[in-house]
Amino acid sequence: MQRIGVFVCHCGTNIAATVDVKAVAEALSHEPGVVISQDYQYMCSESGQDLVKNAIKENNLTGVVICSCSPRMHENTFRKAAASVGLNPYLVEIANIREQCSWIHKDIASATEKAIILGKAAVAKVHLNTPLTAGESPVVKRALVIGGGIAGIQTALDIAEAGFDVDIVEKEPTIGGKMAQIDKTFPTLDCAACILTPKMVEAAQNEHITIHSFSEVTDVKGFVGNFTVTVKKKARFVDETKCTGCGLCTEKCPMKKVPNEFNMGLDNRTAVYIPFAQAVPKVATIDPNYCLMLKNGKCGVCSKVCSAGAIDYKQTDKFIEQKYGAIVVATGFNPIKPDKYDEFAYSYCPDVVTSLELERLMNAAGPNGGTLLRPSDKTHPHTIVFVQCVGSRCDDEKGKPYCSKICCMYTAKHAMLIREKYPDTEVYVFYIDVRTPGKNFDEFYRRAVEQYNVHYIKGMVGKVSPKADGKIDVQASDLLSNEQLHINADMVVLATAIEPDKTARPLATMLTTQMDTNDFFTEAHPKLRPVESATAGIFLSGACQGPKDIPETVAQASAAAAKAIGLLCKNSITCNPCVAHSDELMCNGCSSCEKVCPYGAITYQDKEFRMPDRTTAIRRVASVNPAVCQGCGACTVACPSGAMDLNGFSNSQIMAEVDAICK
Amino acid sequence: MQVNENFEPVIVAFCCNWCSYAGADLSGTNRLNYPANVKIIRVPCSCRVNPIFILRAFQRGADGVIICGCHPGDCHYTSGNYFTRRRITLLYSMLDFLGIERNRTRLEWVSAAEGAKFADTMNKFVEDVKKLGKNRRLEDLRCRKQ
Repeated sequence: MQRIGVFVCHCGTNIAATVDVKAVAEALSHEPGVVISQDYQYMCSESGQDLVKNAIKENNLTGVVICSCSPRMHENTFRKAAASVGLNPYLVEIANIREQCSWIHKDIASATEKAIILGKAAVAKVHLNTPLTAGESPVVKRALVIGGGIAGIQTALDIAEAGFDVDIVEKEPTIGGKMAQIDKTFPTLDCAACILTPKMVEAAQNEHITIHSFSEVTDVKGFVGNFTVTVKKKARFVDETKCTGCGLCTEKCPMKKVPNEFNMGLDNRTAVYIPFAQAVPKVATIDPNYCLMLKNGKCGVCSKVCSAGAIDYKQTDKFIEQKYGAIVVATGFNPIKPDKYDEFAYSYCPDVVTSLELERLMNAAGPNGGTLLRPSDKTHPHTIVFVQCVGSRCDDEKGKPYCSKICCMYTAKHAMLIREKYPDTEVYVFYIDVRTPGKNFDEFYRRAVEQYNVHYIKGMVGKVSPKADGKIDVQASDLLSNEQLHINADMVVLATAIEPDKTARPLATMLTTQMDTNDFFTEAHPKLRPVESATAGIFLSGACQGPKDIPETVAQASAAAAKAIGLLCKNSITCNPCVAHSDELMCNGCSSCEKVCPYGAITYQDKEFRMPDRTTAIRRVASVNPAVCQGCGACTVACPSGAMDLNGFSNSQIMAEVDAICK
Repeated sequence: MQVNENFEPVIVAFCCNWCSYAGADLSGTNRLNYPANVKIIRVPCSCRVNPIFILRAFQRGADGVIICGCHPGDCHYTSGNYFTRRRITLLYSMLDFLGIERNRTRLEWVSAAEGAKFADTMNKFVEDVKKLGKNRRLEDLRCRKQ
């Protein structure tokens, strides 16, 4: 006979305000098998857990139902509490009466009735729970970091420091990411390259770090502790091991009209190129879309001048397969293209630029060698207008609903740098709100206004129209003085929204991790597990999880590394015991389950069976490898004979829940 | 059709642990209302939902059954929701054959981030089932509450 204990949590007033917890405990005490039914203020607190533990010991319970918050929150807490007093942790069930009951209903009567029904369903299920023992699986002591921006570099360095091997996969020819393109960083105005490039070199020289540049992840198999990842090393037509990075080929290449991505297309590069002087690895790459040799078979200048003999026109994509214990996603962000916004004239006026383009225009390594000149006629701009929130905080289809977080600060930085270097330039900033929370951030913004006399105007720019004399008419409204303004500007800078990198979505599918509606990766818990994804063994680093500035990105990168190290330190991890199993007596060996298993966990064996007439027969039956099975349950539904069942979510358990709800 | 204002349908929702169950939690965290008629059963994946569970629910007096899974392509187990989609399509023709309105069964894709979509979906579904009225076709009267 089952002896079940029911424990109803008040969760302060979170549950107790809309659910009559005493009535729930009372109603559930009459359910079959229930020997004790109690309520308590905070069941997850130490004294609440002690209450559960003592009840298990005193009443010799065989099953426990906790009516509380979501099992995603505290299932583990109560399982551990049960295990500590000798009850199998899988004999604990949670009835979710907070997130899925008290928080969404206002009417006490109906919420209480629903909570009772959810409790009854959990009691009905726990009757059929069986003790489960988790198996163990080994952990591969190697981590993969996807993305080689500042987030990926920091994560890799921290993991390497703990003594584990790390591979960085970067899709561009060099690591460094967006930070490499930035000139100065806020709020300290120190040079981005000066703080980033030493880290890039450190990553390249670290014996534990392997950098796969110009590579992409194409396939991910396996599970926490034991992922098998295929990385495509794209053909760069240069032998990485031989290239010395001397750059002679880039000087001699006759194809000089290739838009330079690193400078946001503001100048040109050659077909064989090194993205920038401090690139890591400092290896040339040939762009097959422009290389005359690869396109027409005529040229070969680079191979003639290369004394190292590194040029290889016949190179093809290579695929490497490697096993990893943990994967860190650091795919970062991209600014959106503002060409959908016709009112800002971005697509046809060269003097309307995005902030990242301005960053390159002002960079000493940029197209103008650090002198700020208008892209159209290379003259010095005297009036510059900054437009905030282009595509951010937008309700329509063109933009993003969220705040991109970094734009207010980098615009203050740009305005300040321009006023510092060119005091004769007037700078206007049009904003909806100025958002500067962060250490020394508001002081920084106030310096731009008070010390550098940047004109901050609350209001939005309605229209940007290039004029025949090369000037740009900026029509805007000043909301505070309620005036229409016309500013005769030389340059307009758009603070465009940032969005997750385009590679993130297919990657999330490969990793089976969740994304939100904006394609940012979803963390396992927004407050308590901010750097883990809901999929075990996959961690999140940097702006792939949400808009972030550099200090936040670095902090999160190190946090993700700490989580990954925590996993890699273990020799083995406990597996999920809620896996499928087959009843050999019922199985007829039809192979239906094998066909739907996404993990190949099901194999067939010929087994000898004693038949009722005392003869023996050899039958083909399915068997599940519990270390490989992930417990999705696809096979249980495919099985025509009902032999396949899933631990923890068995046919009879779910059916008992259905019955309890419908009764 | 006459809608009985006092009719409170029994709705069983099967929610995938990785997406819509978390989506339901999110709609709770955001205090987004949906009717108390909806009772959620957690399953590891929408493909764990055997059509028999749905028929069993109707037999036991449920007025509507909704299955929520991850968006196509986003399944935590790579392919589970594709199986669900096919199985439910097949089930629809069986329900037609049995004479149970197919609007009583619904398959929806709700991700972990779509708390608002979860609440909207449930509101809409409860409203639709209310219009259909009580499910009597498959209900086993022996199972009815005394």
